[in-house]
Amino acid sequence: MTKKVIVLGEAREGVLRNVSFEAIAAAKKISGGGEVVAILLGDSVQALGNEMIHYGADRVVTVEHPHLKTYTSDGYSQAFMAVVENEKPDAVVFGHTALGKDLSPKVASKLQSGLISDVTDIEGEGDGAVFIRPIFSGKAFEKVKIKEGIVFVTVRPNNIEPLAHDDSRSGDVSSVSVDITNLRTIIKEVVRKSTEGVDLSEAKVIVAGGRGVKSEDGFEPLKELADLLGGAVGASRGACDADYCDYSLQIGQTGKVVTPDLYIAAGISGAIQHLAGMSNSKIIVAINKDPEANIFKVADYGIVGDLFEVIPMLTEEFKKMKSN
Amino acid sequence: MNIYVLVKRTFDTEERIVVSGGKIQEDGAEFIINPYDEYAIEEAIQVRDAHGGEVTVLTMGGEEAEKQLRTALAMGADKAVLINVEDDIDELDQFTSAQILADYLKDKNPDLILAGNVAIDGGSGQVGPRVADLLDINYVTTITKLEINGTQVSIVRDVEGDSEVIETSLPLLVTAQQGLNEPRYPSLPGIMKAKKKPLDEVELDDLDIDEDDVVAKTETIDIYLPPKKEAGRVLEGDISAQVTELVQLLRTEAKVI
Repeated sequence: MTKKVIVLGEAREGVLRNVSFEAIAAAKKISGGGEVVAILLGDSVQALGNEMIHYGADRVVTVEHPHLKTYTSDGYSQAFMAVVENEKPDAVVFGHTALGKDLSPKVASKLQSGLISDVTDIEGEGDGAVFIRPIFSGKAFEKVKIKEGIVFVTVRPNNIEPLAHDDSRSGDVSSVSVDITNLRTIIKEVVRKSTEGVDLSEAKVIVAGGRGVKSEDGFEPLKELADLLGGAVGASRGACDADYCDYSLQIGQTGKVVTPDLYIAAGISGAIQHLAGMSNSKIIVAINKDPEANIFKVADYGIVGDLFEVIPMLTEEFKKMKSN
Repeated sequence: MNIYVLVKRTFDTEERIVVSGGKIQEDGAEFIINPYDEYAIEEAIQVRDAHGGEVTVLTMGGEEAEKQLRTALAMGADKAVLINVEDDIDELDQFTSAQILADYLKDKNPDLILAGNVAIDGGSGQVGPRVADLLDINYVTTITKLEINGTQVSIVRDVEGDSEVIETSLPLLVTAQQGLNEPRYPSLPGIMKAKKKPLDEVELDDLDIDEDDVVAKTETIDIYLPPKKEAGRVLEGDISAQVTELVQLLRTEAKVI
């Protein structure tokens, strides 16, 4: 049986996040040939509707309201549930982002449904879809299916391939008006710490530093390399505990779990807790003075040497490559 | 203030995972309080010390979870409750866990409920917000700062590295992010005192809930380990030659650049 699937798109600073397109691709599989309807919530999102269609959505429903400018679980759940009541979907897909993680359990509770979070792959399609997700921070994987009720999943950014962008696709972009009341949370201020704007969980390249970075300033050459490659800077717990950087950069069992195409570990010894956060990266490069460091066991390529010598040389080499 | 902390017993972060027959092998493994729940316990103790009241730690599972509850009592929690579902339910998922916890909490009138933002085993991060929704109270996830003034609450929340400054009010459920505080180790006198603190055991029969109401919505059909990574190549030669070779390899062999 085909399924009607709803996808929640997510925009940041007026631009749709990639995970929205990855969620559409996941929804297509779950639909087994059924309809994929994208929902966009915000104060001004109507203009983004066509982009969701170009990436494979059949139709878009928007809810615009001043209270939806910044995310709150109350505001977004009221808007989302109003659309769900109209659409009566068989399945729902969110991105496993800060917003998706916060909102999905509340929506699942209201739908009295199961929820399979942090899905990295889907086997089969339609009614036969089985969802793969990491457990124990990636030390193992589980295959899960929904036994009963609505199929609800969140997909981890960077794992499910989006469909090809096709600007010849067209579809209906309609808007629904929803009364949003009784917000119990007021966002007074948003302090932006992630300056360069590449989110760690969505980055294709991560340059991460450990205790070997030795100081806050020691992260500078790593930042330079990450910027050049359009990536983000991460850190081990050791570097965060030593106050070289903010905990928001921490990768590991406590901290973020990342799966970039390229992970460059500089001055990171490779404790099992750190490996749990990055070992599923596509390619791992280790740079460490200690040839016995555990990180070399999971690395695809290793250089035994001082990161303060190797990283700037690497930056220069990439610059040369790019100018050719 | 009536404070509850939702706690989960998890594998130690140092444990290697062994799978056989599609299941995680628990024999001989060390168990701990989920690290994010430790931040929640520490915060609960600090809130009680500043505002008065009582901290109850609540978990679900079998009798072996008593050990983690005693640790929480030794840190400074006042009471502990174990909802023992071992004999009644074969498979718990986030839906059923939240149903049971919320049913236990519904007549307890908590002012503040704390939990970890995610458990490092299942990693779903659902149970806290689901419980809040079932109790019809507000929640804020991944918090790094909590200040309470009367019933007004100021919170700093981590959002993918950025911080949101939030105003809300009690009753409230919050989930702890790393950076919220530095959890204390249980002191020796704390451990001695913990032995005498109340630890109640509750079964499903004691709750206002039928076994039929707690049928899992999801089912795990297999568990497996990721494919073993073959040892990589440690490059040789002088450093500048290695760097040149590495960039070549990333371009032509790995094709990630």
